[in-house]
Amino acid sequence: MTMAPAKAAPPPVSTSPSQIVGAPSATSPASHPVRRRGVSDRMRLLLLWLLMLLVPYVAPNSYVISLGNLFLINVILIASLNLLMGYGGQISLGHAGFFGFGAYVSGILDVKLGIMPWIGLPTAAVLTGLSALIIGIPALRLRGHYLSMATLGWNAILLVMFNRLIDLTGGPNGLLGVHPFSIGSLALDTDIRQFPLVWLVSLLVMIAILHLLQSRVGRALRAVATNEIGADAVGIDSFRTKLLFFVLTAGMAGIAGSLYVHVNQYASPETFGVNGSILLVVMVALGGSGTYWGPVIGALIYTAVPQLLLDYEDAELMLFGLGMLIVLIAVPSGLAGLPATLIGRRFGRRPS
Amino acid sequence: MHAGSAILQLLVAGIGTGSIYALIALGFNVVFKSTGAMNFAQGEWVVMGGMISALLFASTHNIGLACIAAVVIVSVIGILSERLVVWPLRRPNALLITLVSIGLAICSRSLVMMILGKKPVGYPGFSEASTLFVGGIAIQTQTLWIVGLTLVFLLAMHLFFEHTIMGKALRAAAADRDAAAIVGVRVETTVMLSFAIAAFGGALAGALITPLTLSSYDQGALFGFKGFSAAMLGGIGSLPGAIVGGLALGLLEAFGSFYISSDFKDAIAFAVLLAILFARPAGLLGRADVVKV
Repeated sequence: MTMAPAKAAPPPVSTSPSQIVGAPSATSPASHPVRRRGVSDRMRLLLLWLLMLLVPYVAPNSYVISLGNLFLINVILIASLNLLMGYGGQISLGHAGFFGFGAYVSGILDVKLGIMPWIGLPTAAVLTGLSALIIGIPALRLRGHYLSMATLGWNAILLVMFNRLIDLTGGPNGLLGVHPFSIGSLALDTDIRQFPLVWLVSLLVMIAILHLLQSRVGRALRAVATNEIGADAVGIDSFRTKLLFFVLTAGMAGIAGSLYVHVNQYASPETFGVNGSILLVVMVALGGSGTYWGPVIGALIYTAVPQLLLDYEDAELMLFGLGMLIVLIAVPSGLAGLPATLIGRRFGRRPS
Repeated sequence: MHAGSAILQLLVAGIGTGSIYALIALGFNVVFKSTGAMNFAQGEWVVMGGMISALLFASTHNIGLACIAAVVIVSVIGILSERLVVWPLRRPNALLITLVSIGLAICSRSLVMMILGKKPVGYPGFSEASTLFVGGIAIQTQTLWIVGLTLVFLLAMHLFFEHTIMGKALRAAAADRDAAAIVGVRVETTVMLSFAIAAFGGALAGALITPLTLSSYDQGALFGFKGFSAAMLGGIGSLPGAIVGGLALGLLEAFGSFYISSDFKDAIAFAVLLAILFARPAGLLGRADVVKV
């Protein structure tokens, strides 16, 4: 049960010069500043997203814009998983399953019942959240690996359903004929038309996460991650707090799924397997688990690295695995903490 | 087919697959005990066991020699893996080791693919006669080998953990790292040893199952999940738990696919597994963790 952060070793306070990774606080799910001195995270978020509005103008072709869309969907996925895992210490191995659940709910509503994507998106979010509620009620009462196991099982079951309920899902061939979002008679059927929508939804999700973290429940979540028994002792219902965030983050994955299916106008089961869930956990860790900006880096890696490695064919997997190992061994707290770590070393102080 | 013999037939098949899952679950449990981490590379060692056996069999035409050599080679790979990716961690914790094992799994899989190829490989069973007819049912002789060698391995593991200094050291380090270190146990060596045992068990499973199912580089993840599930089902970290969990999962799959639907085999197995976990969180044989306040 050592994966439960309640039992994790407290971040060691050491200033030994041999310590190359000098940001022990980043490894703890609980201690991290949401507000920093100077520019607030909210300002940075708005600036970064405003900057991203340039993507359609500077992109050399529509393929790059489609990667931009994928990146923003991945930001939603990884940021929501980070909220649960990095801040809450609950490891879900079913996030890609929730992503797929949202995609298939929204896609099937559209293809089989003709319900417009604008209604499909909130429905997908709510139903995905409900499915998390059903899994979470028994699984979150216990500490440790149970959520990991339960979500892994749930994802495996979902994958079988996506593949085998052929009348509904189209089976291994995928769900075809999904319609794009449309505004009046204007269908958002090109990458450049979809970009503003995906941009806006990802911004809203990132703002929601920031608000959650700065709210009372967000502080409760971090308290639960640090010490469940301690949190219970000061009057936090740790079970309800964990459940709330499990349901919320699954709902966010559902939103990402709905965006994905209507942007690509297609969904196929292999996107949503347990391997996908495991990779999402890895991306949270590579970016910086329990940091606000880590998921943006994680999503960048998740989106860009497979593209960069396309030329290497068979060696692609090898390079990806090696890169991952090197980052994990050299910077276990994730890439988001790297600049602060390096600056801290240069000026002989540890980043707070 | 007669209903009674159908049940017997399924029982045999389930015990065969279940033994394989038990071997994988045991490896999973040993690493879990020594590090607290979920080892996602476990399934890759199963694939290596099968594929290296096939490679050696193709050149030596001696199946016993090929399998023994393969299992030894994979055990060494297990030791090297630990030294290369777990040992260098400055501040190892369960989550970090789990994540590192995912990277290890990805690297192992691609190495297997690049060195041993993408084609599924296989070799004949250990006995000349492939099928025996006993009491109206057909039993594959390889299934008997699987069950027999699994039993031998589990017995050896039991003796190792109960009656050797090394085994006791491993258990001591699993129970309390710091206390074990104080009384002179080299905790890092026990982690390495646990990787060796896990790789041995995995490779044995791979060498045994390949004559029945063939082996290919991309099967590792599935083996890993099955082993993980069996370990959870039996009670994570427990040796008898791995056996019970493995057999339960094997039987569930065999009966589920026959009586309900083979398309939904995995879904049924996982659904029952979740139901059992929710009813008995510590697994079938595990003790509940009591957290004292």
